[in-house]
Amino acid sequence: MKHTIKELEDIASQVRRDIVRMVHGCQSGHPGGSLGCADFMTALYFEVMNHSSDFTMLGKDEDLFFLSNGHISPVFYSVLARSGYFETSELATFRKLNSRLQGHPTTHEGLPGIRVASGSLGQGMSVAIGAALAKKLNKDKATIFSLHGDGELQEGQNWEAIMYAPFNKVDNLIASIDYNGQQIDGPTEKVLSLENLQNKFEAFGWHVINSDGNDMEAIVKALHYAKSLTGKGKPILNLMSTQMGYGVDFMVGSHKWHGVAPNDEQLASSLKQLTSSLKDY
Amino acid sequence: MKKYTYTEKKDTRSGFGAGLLEAGQKNPEVVALCADLVGSLKMEAFIKEFPERFFQIGIAEANMIGIASGLTIGGKIPFTGTFANFSTGRVYDQIRQSVAYSDKNVKICASHAGLTLGEDGATHQILEDIGLMKMLPGMTVINPCDYNQTKAATIAIADHQGPVYLRFGRPVIPVFTDPDQKFEIGKAWMVNEGTDVTIIATGHMVWKAIEAGEKLAELGIDAEIINIHTIKPLDEEAVLKSVKKTGCVVTCEEHNKFGGLGESIARLLSTELPSPQEFVAVNDSFGESGTPDQLMTKYGLDSINIVEAVQKVIKRVKK
Repeated sequence: MKHTIKELEDIASQVRRDIVRMVHGCQSGHPGGSLGCADFMTALYFEVMNHSSDFTMLGKDEDLFFLSNGHISPVFYSVLARSGYFETSELATFRKLNSRLQGHPTTHEGLPGIRVASGSLGQGMSVAIGAALAKKLNKDKATIFSLHGDGELQEGQNWEAIMYAPFNKVDNLIASIDYNGQQIDGPTEKVLSLENLQNKFEAFGWHVINSDGNDMEAIVKALHYAKSLTGKGKPILNLMSTQMGYGVDFMVGSHKWHGVAPNDEQLASSLKQLTSSLKDY
Repeated sequence: MKKYTYTEKKDTRSGFGAGLLEAGQKNPEVVALCADLVGSLKMEAFIKEFPERFFQIGIAEANMIGIASGLTIGGKIPFTGTFANFSTGRVYDQIRQSVAYSDKNVKICASHAGLTLGEDGATHQILEDIGLMKMLPGMTVINPCDYNQTKAATIAIADHQGPVYLRFGRPVIPVFTDPDQKFEIGKAWMVNEGTDVTIIATGHMVWKAIEAGEKLAELGIDAEIINIHTIKPLDEEAVLKSVKKTGCVVTCEEHNKFGGLGESIARLLSTELPSPQEFVAVNDSFGESGTPDQLMTKYGLDSINIVEAVQKVIKRVKK
């Protein structure tokens, strides 16, 4: 372990502070999914992935991460800054004019840590598969990680990718689903039900594991286990239960905070619930 | 009129296949992807020589574009292959976000463009692809005119850093360009020097423009013929230099008159050198089933249509 679970929880709390402050600062953005994935992203960048904050696009011999549900950019930016890809002070520019921290992640402004643009949903798994295939061609043993929204799985391109990866034994890929059951217009069960995701992925030939994405010890364990499953002929799917808005009591579990910024009072209330471990930006 | 002859007819897609093999031999980072059209795209030779560098994606073009984008992150130079319709319109957002906006070094190689796809009909005959692709910031758009030029272009784009759309076709047409040509992206080719009119043609229409030039010479009209194989970035200098001399222009393309080469020329001339222009292009319609020759005639893309357009545009200058 690079960090204790307590240390990782403290970092995740700081990441959550960053998220609500960033979204409050520009009065736009997506706090719900960002908060829900803060533990996963912290576990990935501070514990599980072998990566260097000295960024190169190629990322030779490094584990790479792809965010498909690009709207949860606040958590991505916070984790990148907190792990040294760029100064945390730059988080204050989120969604503002001339910023490298665009509303949705992009390579276009040259922000270290981003390898492809995302935001238009459903494209990230294909890109992750391509990066995984390149690793294999290059005899690079590192692992590709990706994150996808559950609602995002309604996009058809995902299922092209989900069909491709097992058939072609893309076994250096660990895709995680942010399984919070919410999307903009309401619960996924009411908008367009995903039904039994585990069965669906297994039917396509994935090795599926289940995890609790808001329990640091559980998610670290799950991701290490997932990594131990690489190289065995199957892509790995981490079906990760989370709660949208986790960590802020008035946001938790509701799709209403998918893309709404807190006001001053709500910000103060949020920050009271989240300890600062690494100093606010 | 300079004399152009040919000894054989070949399809431009075979030029792509030959170029892909050579690009693969020259650079180990070149990889190829196909969405279930290996034979149509003439990719067999590459696959035979480099099986580990070929990815059969299945009938899933969106996934193909995304995988190509990801492969570039490992330093690969991916060439995707399918029909032009499925290379562009079907996957526009994937190209826009995962390739163009992300500045990925993907080569989108598109066969069966335009009417000359023939009998399959309008579902497959895309006439809007040049417009779609040239609107994307940073995208290079190339439409070569014969087998040799397509082969040379395919080799050249492997050395070019950045996204490229390479458009070619299905029918066999005369092979009339130099087999040893060096293809320079963004550089117009002077097919014939003349003084009375500038004919600017791309793709399959270049041979038609040569045929038209010969007929015009018999009528006493000395046509300058320029091949614009790279529609974006446009060789503005070559176009302006020629139109300055001739005073008028006819653009020829197997594409909708909206969004194609003709509009790129019109945009340039309207700001730099306002001049009469006529468009030999499809008049904002879909195609239909038929043989390539029948369709080119029905939709006004024959050499006679170029001759008529020239006669019309010259009159407008004299006014």
